[in-house]
Amino acid sequence: MRRSILLAAALTTTLALGACSSGGSGDETTDEPSGESSSTASGGSLTIWVDETRQDAVTDAAQSFEDETGTAVDVVLKNFDEIRADFLAQVPTGEGPDITVGAHDWLGELTTNGVVAPLELGDTAAGFEDVSLAAFTQDGQVYGLPYAIENIALIRNTALADEAPATWDDAIAAGEAAGTKFPILVQSDGDKGDPYTHYPFQTSFGAPVFEQNEDGSYTSELAMGGPEGQAYAEWLGEQGAAGNLSQDTTYDIAVEAFKNGESPFIVGGPWMIESFEGLDLSIDPVPAAGDQPAQPFVGVQGFYLSAESDDAIVANDFLVNYMSTEDAQVALYEAGGRPPALTAAADTAAADDPIVAGFREVGADAVPMPSIPEMASVWSFWGVTEAAIVNGADPVSSWDKMIEDIQSAMDA
Amino acid sequence: MSSPQVTSAATTAGSSGDDVPPRRRGRTSRPDASHARSYGPGFIAKLVLMAVVDALGVYVVWSAWTQDSYGILAVSLALLVAANWVYFTRRALALKYILPGLGFLLVFQIFVVAYTGYVAFTNYGTGHNGTKDQAVEALLVQNERRVEGSPSLPLTVVEDGGTLGFAVVGEDGAVTAGTAEQPLSAQDDATVQDGRATEVPGYAVVDREQILERQDEVTDLRVPVSDDPEDGSIRTTDARTGYVYTSVLEYDAASDTITDTSTGVTYTPNDDGQFEAADGSTLAVGWRVPVGFDNFVTAFSDGRYAQPFLKILVWTFVFAIGSVVTTFLLGLFLAIVFNDTRLRGRRVYRTLMILPYAVPGFLAALLWSGLLNTRFGYVNQVLLGGAEIPWLTDPFLAKLSVLAVNLWLGFPYMFLICTGALQSLPSDVMEAARIDGAGRWRTWRSITLPLLLVATAPLLISSFAFNFNNFTLIYMLTGGGPRFADASVPLGHTDILISMVYSISGVDGSATKDFGLASALSIVIFVIVGGISALAFRSTRKFEEIN
Repeated sequence: MRRSILLAAALTTTLALGACSSGGSGDETTDEPSGESSSTASGGSLTIWVDETRQDAVTDAAQSFEDETGTAVDVVLKNFDEIRADFLAQVPTGEGPDITVGAHDWLGELTTNGVVAPLELGDTAAGFEDVSLAAFTQDGQVYGLPYAIENIALIRNTALADEAPATWDDAIAAGEAAGTKFPILVQSDGDKGDPYTHYPFQTSFGAPVFEQNEDGSYTSELAMGGPEGQAYAEWLGEQGAAGNLSQDTTYDIAVEAFKNGESPFIVGGPWMIESFEGLDLSIDPVPAAGDQPAQPFVGVQGFYLSAESDDAIVANDFLVNYMSTEDAQVALYEAGGRPPALTAAADTAAADDPIVAGFREVGADAVPMPSIPEMASVWSFWGVTEAAIVNGADPVSSWDKMIEDIQSAMDA
Repeated sequence: MSSPQVTSAATTAGSSGDDVPPRRRGRTSRPDASHARSYGPGFIAKLVLMAVVDALGVYVVWSAWTQDSYGILAVSLALLVAANWVYFTRRALALKYILPGLGFLLVFQIFVVAYTGYVAFTNYGTGHNGTKDQAVEALLVQNERRVEGSPSLPLTVVEDGGTLGFAVVGEDGAVTAGTAEQPLSAQDDATVQDGRATEVPGYAVVDREQILERQDEVTDLRVPVSDDPEDGSIRTTDARTGYVYTSVLEYDAASDTITDTSTGVTYTPNDDGQFEAADGSTLAVGWRVPVGFDNFVTAFSDGRYAQPFLKILVWTFVFAIGSVVTTFLLGLFLAIVFNDTRLRGRRVYRTLMILPYAVPGFLAALLWSGLLNTRFGYVNQVLLGGAEIPWLTDPFLAKLSVLAVNLWLGFPYMFLICTGALQSLPSDVMEAARIDGAGRWRTWRSITLPLLLVATAPLLISSFAFNFNNFTLIYMLTGGGPRFADASVPLGHTDILISMVYSISGVDGSATKDFGLASALSIVIFVIVGGISALAFRSTRKFEEIN
């Protein structure tokens, strides 16, 4: 008796093992149905990776594409944070998707690893906002179909401040006049800092992160050193000492405080808006701290085409002729709430939502976040140094050391 | 953690092996009584279970076959054959017990370690992501340029006796057609409908279905505009519209070189898996090649890492040993206190004690990082009345906080195992000690503690190995910060070796990815932890001699 129990247990374990080894090849089995249908329907087949905010909109577009062309489209739900690494790892094995959603700042890494194919948008290119195409362009070639543009701006609680501040000092004065706990909220993240949110202030001192070519693309030459960068660093130190900036104001704390009316201003993006229900908001340009305009980063979301796609023609057809239509872009906007990249769709979206219109207006003056691979070396030093300066480190020497460290990491 | 399990598996196998021979000898006189030969309910149950296993196994093998995953195919086939042999033969009794365990070990431990070892000797990482063929293809495609100002041409895919070609309608409405060998030529008799060529004499129009079956051929097709290659060639990505492209790079398969047609520079493949020109400049996309011990050399020779590496190594040991010692002492103390039968409500206290153990570690660490926030954290705001103590941002306090949080997380485990060990201590030995006139302290020091250590020492060693690689806590609580102010690499005061590997490898996005270097460092850590554990296990044998 005892033996048969053991035997049964052992067999069940073996069974579980078998189940596990089939689990190991799970990624392949998801592709299987589409692979079969390609031979039967011969309309080709597509596998598309999406995250949950885009799932419904893409599925709808895929459905109409399916009805029209007979192509089987398999929309696979992925966690957005995992898409980049999985795409890099799986495309070379031939098991990756044909199309994936992604952010434009992945571009440098994706092209260096040869996992994305260029797109030829042809005449449809004219319909897109310039900044969205520029973000997906490298060496004159477009690598992604943009569908949404997002950038930060100054969100103002109109009950606490009735006009948009032109400069940082105006904003502080207005914030103090409002008598709230914080004059202005600029989020940070402990000692990791948040250079993305602080970037408009940096550009207002004339210290962009990299030199730009004439066509707006970035070179790998650092531009944030020198007297401009040092001036910005000193400003960070002063504001930190005055208590206007703090590394302890994390995203959650900042959003909570603004929601509770503890500050008239917060620097943030469209993703915050749904937390502020019930407040009367106005979207204004970020006030300049230096003597130049404050330009935030623009992030562009889009679709990439795999370099190893077996169904490249169908994939191109889907992206260029279906996802670039106004209907598809508006559907994506309604699903994700991010302003569309297609000008016509953006006009539609802006017409019925002043918040979208506000962000779009600010975004018109913004610059794309660099997508060159060198940017990875910048992120790791940038925020930490900013946070340290805000926290009381010597501005100029810290900033100069950061520039040296970034340069040596880029050269290594 | 795995070592104690392996030991127990081995003992199970050993003991079962011990009591088998007598039975088997008894059976030799009655061969039909063998479990494998009798057709009783046990055999039928086995048959059914094996049928299920085989069905699953065959499914896995078949799936692997259809996906061309021959590695998975070979391994699952071997496991399947082994399972069938083991459970239907009479001679492999020990294996009947350990085969499932061995299978798991193979898939989840040995394969992972071996693959890490393999990656450590390659340059897998950003810029060396795939095979050479893929790199060449990517370079060629990335360096094709649409001729500036060229129109988009409505395109029809045509066929000339099996050879694919394109027919395009120019801006003036004239139709031209050609194949890869035949440059575009005017087709005056072609029919144009809705701006697209629908019939071209001499060519057969390929329908959509066939195009989709021959997608690779269509996307790879380049139809020259004229005899002069400078004019470029027509290509299409969607089989609907064609564009004129010129390519900057050309690959010559015979000499295995890439030539830049605009500068005339020739690039040849080098040992690092990149195309390199005579002046040392390289093309961006490379491929994965074995690089020998280069990664290990880099790990120890990069001057920027030397000083932080030493600090991190020391802190890793302090953290791992400190965590084990503090959690064990607190757990032991509480176990002794709550082991006293005079204490009322022991069960309630014990349950409360175990609560931190029930909270997932990553969640608790995240929670504590909020509680310890300098300006808004509960600890400073409420408990300390608004003090602004930089718990997680001061180098010394951050280390202290990490140890304290790990103490909070870890003591229930030690409390549990100490309680268990204390309750299983034989009372006769205690009684003997009392009769011999040993005092309380003497009994505890000479009897209780050594006996306790026999039971808990292996767990302490595995706890050390666990904390040595306790990535979750560091990542969630401090992220390795505060940063070293004097180092030029993104590492911090609370980084331990494994979080250092995470940051150097660039998986966190703070540097370019280098899986080769990360794997090499992981192997170094594996050697350190494995070596220390082996030494420690050897020295715990002297506890066992007490028995």
